[in-house]
Amino acid sequence: MEGTKIPLHLIPCGKSARVKELTSSGNLRRRMLDLGLVIDTVVESLRKSPSGDPIAYEIRGAVIALRSEEASKILVELI
Amino acid sequence: MGLTSQSTGVNALKEMLDIQLSSSDDIIVALAGNPNTGKSTVFNSLTGLNQHTGNWTGKTVTTAQGNYKYRDENFILVDLPGTYSLLSNSIEEEVARDFICFGNPNATVVVTDATCLERNLNLVLQILEMTDKVVVCVNLMDEAKRKKIRIDLKRLSELLGVPVIGTSARSGEGLEELMDAVYKVSHNEITTKPIRIQYDDDIENTIQYIEEKIKKSVDNKINSRWVSLKLIDGDMSIIDSINKYIGIDLSNITNNETKLGLAEVSSTPLSEVLSTSNDLAYGDLRDRIVSSIVKLAENISHQVVNSQRQKHNELDRKIDNILTSKAFGIPTMIALLGIIFWITIVGANVPSDAIAYVLFGIEDKLTYLFTTYNLPNWLHGALVLGVYRTLAWVVSVMLPPMAIFFPLFTLLEDLGYLPRIAFNLDNFFKKACAHGKQALTMCMGFGCNAAGVIGCRIIDSPRERLIAIITNFFVPCNGRFPILIAVTTIFIAGAVSGPMQSVIATLSITLVIILGVIMTLLVSKILSKTILKGLPSSFTLELPPYRKPQVGRIIVRSIFDRTIFVLGRAVIVAAPAGLIIWLMANVNISGISLLDHSAGFLQPFANLLGMDGYILMAFILGLPANEIVMPIIIMSYMATGTMIELENLEALRSLLISNGWTWLTAINVMLFCLMHFPCATTLLTIKKETKSWKWTFVSFLVPTIAGITLTFTFTQIVRLLGLA
Repeated sequence: MEGTKIPLHLIPCGKSARVKELTSSGNLRRRMLDLGLVIDTVVESLRKSPSGDPIAYEIRGAVIALRSEEASKILVELI
Repeated sequence: MGLTSQSTGVNALKEMLDIQLSSSDDIIVALAGNPNTGKSTVFNSLTGLNQHTGNWTGKTVTTAQGNYKYRDENFILVDLPGTYSLLSNSIEEEVARDFICFGNPNATVVVTDATCLERNLNLVLQILEMTDKVVVCVNLMDEAKRKKIRIDLKRLSELLGVPVIGTSARSGEGLEELMDAVYKVSHNEITTKPIRIQYDDDIENTIQYIEEKIKKSVDNKINSRWVSLKLIDGDMSIIDSINKYIGIDLSNITNNETKLGLAEVSSTPLSEVLSTSNDLAYGDLRDRIVSSIVKLAENISHQVVNSQRQKHNELDRKIDNILTSKAFGIPTMIALLGIIFWITIVGANVPSDAIAYVLFGIEDKLTYLFTTYNLPNWLHGALVLGVYRTLAWVVSVMLPPMAIFFPLFTLLEDLGYLPRIAFNLDNFFKKACAHGKQALTMCMGFGCNAAGVIGCRIIDSPRERLIAIITNFFVPCNGRFPILIAVTTIFIAGAVSGPMQSVIATLSITLVIILGVIMTLLVSKILSKTILKGLPSSFTLELPPYRKPQVGRIIVRSIFDRTIFVLGRAVIVAAPAGLIIWLMANVNISGISLLDHSAGFLQPFANLLGMDGYILMAFILGLPANEIVMPIIIMSYMATGTMIELENLEALRSLLISNGWTWLTAINVMLFCLMHFPCATTLLTIKKETKSWKWTFVSFLVPTIAGITLTFTFTQIVRLLGLA
């Protein structure tokens, strides 16, 4: 898995990953950066909502839920 | 920095935020902070002004203000919208930024969450770039202690270069020190030296280049380094704000100058920089600016926060594993709602009867008084049978359920459960092309639909906000909720006896609410496919830590803030309505009362919907406030039929039955109660929020059509099958 970038929403629950690239632009990109999702930030996938989407992540000490549309634009490396 | 002159622009801003100074010596303090940091609690504790606090993202959508005295001086505290950052362009962030920057506060307090300091430092650092008169308040120290998180406040203060005060606003701990620090900072008794964020060389050089260009224009009225940074960041709204509030036109130094600056310090050829679009030119720099701030926050946090990591949120996670799990998430949600309804119904019965007994006893005494003093009959009719009796009904039917339901619901809110509801239901909203936070605005609608409509501001996308506004009325507010309770307990559950009564009543109310949710989703979907076409916008939702609720405060807050307020409003509307009903019942035209005329006119249509003319008329007369619908129905029946002493709910049941009610009528009343035109207050709020009569009209029409369609279809099917 070393070096492979995968979208954040595909990370299994309970696993952590390191942010490698944001593919969004404009306002959405800002919002992601504001959440603290800068390169090399470690994110843990916590749990899926009852219907599987959105998924809650721990980002810099806060629990944030993202829909798959947004999470898929965050490329990460599993650790 | 800070403004030296009180230009008209600054006054315009103060007017915009409606700041009322009692004298020019007043000290203005801005209160900033992330959502869910207990900012509102700090605000309430300091000012004593009752402002509702909620444990969800973006609850404080408007600025509130209050004042407190400290050392004989008057401090005006302005509660800014809760934001995570001042970088991205939402309305809340712009308001907060503009006030801190141009509102000329004597000090700015940034409230942070001790249990989540790193994330909060992001905003602190951004504010420190704008102004140096800052006090950092690290709130929720009690929660942090419980979670075994230790914070070195002294070190944090050294690192940030401004006073740092630890508080537990809920118990009032640390507030004295906070007021002291604010006093000293605003009187320049403490000289602050805010930390300066060091960016990479490219950015620093560009800042220098642009700062040089604008320095003369801004003339020390505003921090030129910060403005330069904003220009590099591509934040052009700052140009407008500077022009608006301090009357300096920087538009000549906008786009191209900034790009020139970028070209000068980077190796990219000038022509290429000038021809690229904004996003490309700024995108990378913006990332680098934000990264610098985030990394600095991380760095500081590592130096001052000491916690047994991974351990402190264990309990929250365990709770979430149940409350948001695939198997239990939604059933638990429905069960919790059901339990609240059940407690409300069971608990409201006894006091309802008791209050009715007392109030109607008073009515007899009043009547006795009127006869003793030989007062005219019409006066007795209008005042006692009209005004007083309607008031008595409103109070006895409305008060108990409200006084029980509100504290219970506020308890869920205080615990932090509501964002979990949004998390559980988001996928349904996504499928309806709507926003997950609509679930939160629906929860606010339980309190009051007008409040729910205002709450829709937390949804950024205008399309999704409109959908949330138009469909908010499908959640029964506290004005309609007692109608549902009254009809179910009196009628539906009254049909069975024994302990099953409350269970059946609870089930029917829960079903009505679920139907409301389904209608919300269905109508949202229909709107998304027709007049409000579009795709769902981006969605991020914070699930804040669970908090120990403050039971005492909840009871006080929900009784005073909500119950008394709502009841007061109902009473104000009910008194004149009682008079009108009595007049309508007693003014005769060609031998038939006005009431019968109107009801007779509505009768054919009402019959199609499985109701009668009086019921429909009650809903129309209930336009000012839905609380009076049920009393109007009762009044109408009593005014037309034989007088019955209504000292208990059983008597009410006989009254309804003698006026032709069947289970079909009861269900239709409940359906129509759930779906009809919003009350006048809500409609006016919608007009204010959407600034459009068109959308107000749509909001009027949509639930009305839904209600008529549903009751009509249901009634016709039942009648066709010969069930009623």
